[in-house]
Amino acid sequence: METTHLFGVNGMNITNAAYIVAAILFIVGLKQLGSPATARNGNRMSALAMLVAIVATVVGNDIASWEFILAGAIVGSAIGAFSARKIAMTSMPQLVAIFNGFGGAASAVIAAAELIRLIDNGADIAQDVSITIMASVIVGGVTLTGSFIAYGKLQGIVPTRPILLPIRNVINVALLIGMIASTVWLVIDPSMTAFMIAGAIALALGILVVIPIGGADMPVVIALLNSYSGIAGAATGFVLGNTVLIIAGSLVGASGLILTRIMTKAMNRSLANVMLGGFGVEDGAASAGGDDDRPVTSIQHEDAAMMLAYAQSVIFVPGYGLAVAQAQHQVRELADLLKAKGISVRYAIHPVAGRMPGHMNVLLAEANVPYDELKDLDEINGEFQRTDVAVVIGANDVTNPSARTDKSSPIYGMPILNVDQAQSVIMMKRGMSSGFAGVQNELFFLDKTQMLFGDAKDSVEKITAEVKDL
Amino acid sequence: MFDAEALIIALTVFVLAIFIGYEVITKVPPTLHTPLMSGSNAISGIVIVGALLVAGQDDGIAGQILGAIAVGLAMINVVGGFMVTDRMLKMFRRSGQK
Repeated sequence: METTHLFGVNGMNITNAAYIVAAILFIVGLKQLGSPATARNGNRMSALAMLVAIVATVVGNDIASWEFILAGAIVGSAIGAFSARKIAMTSMPQLVAIFNGFGGAASAVIAAAELIRLIDNGADIAQDVSITIMASVIVGGVTLTGSFIAYGKLQGIVPTRPILLPIRNVINVALLIGMIASTVWLVIDPSMTAFMIAGAIALALGILVVIPIGGADMPVVIALLNSYSGIAGAATGFVLGNTVLIIAGSLVGASGLILTRIMTKAMNRSLANVMLGGFGVEDGAASAGGDDDRPVTSIQHEDAAMMLAYAQSVIFVPGYGLAVAQAQHQVRELADLLKAKGISVRYAIHPVAGRMPGHMNVLLAEANVPYDELKDLDEINGEFQRTDVAVVIGANDVTNPSARTDKSSPIYGMPILNVDQAQSVIMMKRGMSSGFAGVQNELFFLDKTQMLFGDAKDSVEKITAEVKDL
Repeated sequence: MFDAEALIIALTVFVLAIFIGYEVITKVPPTLHTPLMSGSNAISGIVIVGALLVAGQDDGIAGQILGAIAVGLAMINVVGGFMVTDRMLKMFRRSGQK
C-alpha cells in the first residue's frame, strides 16, 4: 500500500471510491426497473456496477495467485451463460431458485475460507468476526439446501405435496438449539469442528424448512430465499468489512422481503402460515369439489367465437394452466384478431397467476403481448362491470367470488379478480376439479358463466379459426 | 478485523441500504417482478468480491480452493442472472412497438 497515486490517495481509497460508484450504480439500476421502458438499461447499469466492483477488487488488492480465480471465473461464467440462454421462460422459477442456492453456497464457502485463514494465522479472532462468520454460513447453508428443495418441487423431482415429518417440530427445535450451541462454541473457542457442525445443521434445516411447504406456495418460498441470498451476502460483507457487499446484499434482502409480502397478501396467508406448511393437504372436508352436482352451462367453440366476435370489450384472465398448456401464443393470436375487429382487449393478471411473482407477465411478453395491455388487480377490477366477455383460461381460485362473499370459505378475504361482474364469462377448463385451495368455484354456477371444457390450447385455436370465418 | 467504530459504521450502512432498497423496490411495477427477482439475484452475486479476496490470498491451498469454488458459484449468479434478466426485458414491448 506504499504506492502513491494521483492526489496522494493510496490504492485502498481508490478501491473504496470505486465501491461507492458501484453502490450508486446498483441503486440507480434498480430504480430504472421502475418502468418497462427503462428496465433494460437499468439491468445493464447493475451489470456495469458489478464490473466496477470486480475490477476495483482485483486492482486494489494484492492478488497473490490468479490460477484459482481464473479457473473459478471461467467455469462459473460458462455455466451461468449457458443456463441463461437455454432456460425456457416457463422454467424461470427453477432457474431463480437454483441461482439463489448458488449465491447462498458462495457466502457459506467464503465464510469457511475466511475462518480457515484466521485460525491458521493463530491470532485471536474478534467476537464480532466469529459471529458474522456463523451468520454467513448459517444463512448461506439454509439458502443452499432450501433453494434446491424448492427447485426439486418446482421441477417435480421432489413431491410437490407437503411432506410432514411426524416429529418435525421437535427436530427443528433440536437443530436450532444445536445451531446456537455451535455458534457459542465457535465464539469462545474458534475451531473448524464447531463451524462444520453449524454448517451441517444449516443444510439440514434448509431441507426441513422447505419440504413441508406445498408446491403451490413455492412463489413465496422463492421470494423469501431470494431475500436470504441477499442477507447472506450482507453478512459476508460484515465478515470482510466490505461496504459494497453490505449495500448490495441489503438491496437484494429488501427486494426479496417486499416480494414475499406481496405474494402472501395476494394468497391471503400470513408468512408464518406458509412456512408452517401443510397447506393443500387433503383432509376430506375441504376437497368437496367433486361431489357438487349443481348444473353448469357448457358451450362449444362456435358459440364462444360468436360471443367474442360480437363483443365490444374482452378481458382475458390467464392462470398458470395457460402456461402449462403453452397456449399464450394462441391467445395472443386470438387477441390480435379481436383487436383487428375494433374490440378492446386487455389481460387481467393476478399476482399469483404464475409460479413466481410477475411470471405470467414474462410468459405473455414472450408471446409478444404488449405490456400496456397487461393490467394488475387494482387497475382492472373496476373494469369488469363495463366488460362484455371475460375469458378465464387456466385460472381458478383467483376468480372465486366466495372470497368476497362467503365468510366460511377458506379463501375468504383473498384479493380476487372480479370476473363475476363482467356481462358474461367464458371459463376454459379441463374439467370440474377445484383449484389448489380445494374449494369449489362459485363462478362456475352463475347464469352468466359458460363452461368450455377441453385443453386450453386446442380450445383457443378452434375459437380463433371460428372467429376468422365469421 | 472490526473495531467497535467500524461495526457501527457497517451497521449504519446496512440499515440505510435496507431503507433505500425498500423505497426503490416498492416502485417496481408487478409486471417486472420476475426480472426484478432474477436481476436482484445477479446483484447478490456481489459476494464475488469476497470470493476474489479469499481466492487471491496465498495463505494456504485450502483457502484458495474454497475461494475458487466461491468465485465459480458467484460468477454463475452474476453472468447467468444479468443475462437471463436482459433476455426477459428484451421481450417487453409497448403496443405498436416492434
